[in-house]
Amino acid sequence: MALVLLAAPLLTGWVRKVKARLQRRRGPPLLQPYRDLVRLLGKEAVIADNASWLFRTAPYLIFALTWVGAALVPTFATGLLFSWTGDLIAITALLGAARFLLALAGMDIGTSFGGIGASREVMIASMAEPAMLMIVITLALIAGSTQLSTIAAFMLSPAAGLHVSLALALFAFLIVALAENARIPVDNPATHLELTMVHEAMVLEYSARHLAMIELAAALKLLLSLSVIACIFLPFGMVRGADGIGGYLLGLTSYAGKLAAAGVALATFETAIAKMRVFRLPGLLGAALMLGLLATLLLYVAPDM
Amino acid sequence: MSLLLLALLAKLAAAVAGALRARRPDGWGIVYGMSLGAAVLAALGALLAAPGAVVLPLGLPWIGVHLRLDALAAFFLLVVNLGAAAASLFALDDARHETAPERVLPFYPAFLAGLDLVVLADDALTFLFAWELMSLASWALVIAHHRESGNLRAGLVYLLMAGLSALALLFAFGLLAGTGGHYTFAAMRAAPPAGAAAGIALMLALFGAGAKAGIVPLHAWLPLAHPAAPSHVSALMSGVMTKVALYAFIRIGFDLLGATPWWSAVVLLALGGATAVLGILYALMQGDLKRLLAYSTVENIGIICIGLGLAMAFRSAGYAAGAALALTAALLHVFNHAMMKSLLFFGAGTVLHATGLREMDGLGGLLHRMPRTGFAVLVGCAAIAALPPLNGFVSEWLTLQAIMLRPDLPQWGLKVMIPTDGALLALAAALAGACFVKLFGVSFLGRARSAATATAADPGRLAQSAMLGLAMLCLLAGVLPGALIDLIAPVTNALLGARMPTQLAQPWLTLIPVAAARSSYNGLLIFAFIAAATWLTVRAVHRFASHDLRRAPAWDCGFPDLPAAAQYGGDSFAQPLRRVFAAPLFGARETVELPPPGSVAPARIEKHLPDPLWEILYAPVGSLVLRLADVMNRLQFLTIRRYLAFVFIALVALLLAIALWQ
Repeated sequence: MALVLLAAPLLTGWVRKVKARLQRRRGPPLLQPYRDLVRLLGKEAVIADNASWLFRTAPYLIFALTWVGAALVPTFATGLLFSWTGDLIAITALLGAARFLLALAGMDIGTSFGGIGASREVMIASMAEPAMLMIVITLALIAGSTQLSTIAAFMLSPAAGLHVSLALALFAFLIVALAENARIPVDNPATHLELTMVHEAMVLEYSARHLAMIELAAALKLLLSLSVIACIFLPFGMVRGADGIGGYLLGLTSYAGKLAAAGVALATFETAIAKMRVFRLPGLLGAALMLGLLATLLLYVAPDM
Repeated sequence: MSLLLLALLAKLAAAVAGALRARRPDGWGIVYGMSLGAAVLAALGALLAAPGAVVLPLGLPWIGVHLRLDALAAFFLLVVNLGAAAASLFALDDARHETAPERVLPFYPAFLAGLDLVVLADDALTFLFAWELMSLASWALVIAHHRESGNLRAGLVYLLMAGLSALALLFAFGLLAGTGGHYTFAAMRAAPPAGAAAGIALMLALFGAGAKAGIVPLHAWLPLAHPAAPSHVSALMSGVMTKVALYAFIRIGFDLLGATPWWSAVVLLALGGATAVLGILYALMQGDLKRLLAYSTVENIGIICIGLGLAMAFRSAGYAAGAALALTAALLHVFNHAMMKSLLFFGAGTVLHATGLREMDGLGGLLHRMPRTGFAVLVGCAAIAALPPLNGFVSEWLTLQAIMLRPDLPQWGLKVMIPTDGALLALAAALAGACFVKLFGVSFLGRARSAATATAADPGRLAQSAMLGLAMLCLLAGVLPGALIDLIAPVTNALLGARMPTQLAQPWLTLIPVAAARSSYNGLLIFAFIAAATWLTVRAVHRFASHDLRRAPAWDCGFPDLPAAAQYGGDSFAQPLRRVFAAPLFGARETVELPPPGSVAPARIEKHLPDPLWEILYAPVGSLVLRLADVMNRLQFLTIRRYLAFVFIALVALLLAIALWQ
């Protein structure tokens, strides 16, 4: 649990750094997200006159929900303590709960920005979440489990062959992950134009420690998504059972390597593509949903695909 | 059993008391107090009473009234009476505001008695009598406030649909009774119809129960009638009566009929999926608080139907363990939805009394004025949006687990329908999240949109405790679903001959549908983790971060003093989803009129949201009936000679028929 918490801002910093280098900027130092968090924590919080208790408690709850979700994802070892308390569906739903609270917090002040952000966020989520669930069903049909540890162990074993449905699921998952984390082309994490914001519009009224919690939750969510990809689709190097110290070292290094590679891929993708118009998003997310459904149908009709 | 009969008698006595003392100032106290006591008694009876049967020497002399308590009836009695107890408790405060007590008090306990009696009935005649008692009493409650516009029409549509549903059930029982004409359920169970008759009986039962439960396309009356009734009755109609309707279907489909054909599962799955998604989409487009909740009931009925369809599919394939899982998921959702929907309707009723408004676009900022109601409604919204660690998530999670079982089904219809329903269920769950963000965000958050909210306040202690108690139950059922699942186990054992593993015996009270290696969920630990993580975070932040807090005006882009109407309202919130889903499905569209440059005329946007199902299915039938009535109307103004001619022709025709018959 502590590992993901400590590593999350570093990953965000890494993505920003790579992106900046790709745009021929020097970019902020890798540790900048940590500094930002410390700076935010030290500041005076300013909240709007008519903010309710929900506005002040939501950041902590959002962070806690995301943290619990992230802690349920196996990172460098397949055997995760308490992995059985929640499966991939529960993790998806925990993120959904965090989003539910964030959307409500966005509407609490009663400005148009919060409303526009919340309204668009739920539209995106209404397609991304079912797509995610279809991916989970696909994985469950292949691996015979919705537990991430079991899925990872299955993917590591020779029983996991090549599946067409798995490829469809991976593609759908990439789209869902972009949407979940408010990345380009769905949303722009670096925008400062209110009308183009989705995630940023909802958190516009937040400052200081509240904002720090939300930023940290967003960083955790990015780490969580990449960890899930690494754990399901690139499980090599993960520690299985008692591999000794060497195994753990290998597991940790390969995990760090996978995250770094995924970060580079994300930054490259974001640099290469433009943000989409809001009403073109349903097409993209609908494609993810359909891919997920197709993969599931395929598995129902032909279990070996 | 005697406990249950006593409770039933107490409810009938309360109905009489309601009729006699309705206009007295203490009338509502007596009626709701008695109803509360009787409901608690019946809930206890459902939990504790041993299964048994009793024949009362009432009704038709050669049939009598057969009542029987078995596992299925006990579970539904528990749901019904928990809902009824909460509604009565809520009404003890809320009914003070009732303007027409004489139109509510006699019918409310009768409605409760009808609900109980449907579940307990053990012969077709008693069942249909109880079904009609339930329908008519609730119809009287729907039109209690008959002067409000729309309520009478709602009552008419409801009465028609209720009549149709009873008719379908009558035919279904006719087929079940067969040529022998045995009215008791025991006789029907012993000799179920075979072949086509079984299929027709099942479809009739689905029509009859579905029309009452609100399965699309038979849902049209539901969003009209449920909101029209007083709020505690709306809660009962949405939370409990729709479940009793599904009880009728389960009783016939899983108990009285032996084997069911596999295609009936496809029908049920298709209807369930369509009901879930269309219901929540309709809900998203509503601006009326209670109507939104009514449409959301339609969605949840769809989710339950998906579970029932899966159970039926697995049963027809001979896969009893899977069927038990699916049926458990469906019944768990029955319980969960009854609790959360009652809670939400109480919240809507409180808002209605506090502000006089049902339209969300007049509300806003109520969380400041009614903090306790707001908190309870927030819990209800999160529960119905299927968010962990609350109860809605558990039952939908179980349904998804049932979808993932993938037994070897030979039929292609099922192979395609089951994964499709998985997608529809997932879509409905996600849209429910959006819908309840809208409900809570628009009515309880933001700034007040009208002066009516200025005087709003939390209701009295009893109504508060009803809401907070239900919220507590939502949490408890979410963190300890094992207790409920073990309660359902005898039902699946009796109906399917299989059950889920005993949940309370699992380590850490983990929920394990099939096997630990396959999937597990532990609501208790998830809740503990969330609580611990929140506590840790709050402690850490308050230890190390700045404590300073300043209130300031919200960011206004340099355009100060925006009116409250400039916030996002219900329609604007739902606009993206309306454009994405409702435009292709319902043909929703918007027309925007922008004034020409230089003109000071206001811009106009007009929302057009047709209901194609009404236009295709209901409107033609309505106009056909009117046209026929017009034709028949001419018969009223004939001369005596013509009437005599008619009588003569009828007589000749009858004699001819008899002559040909022999």
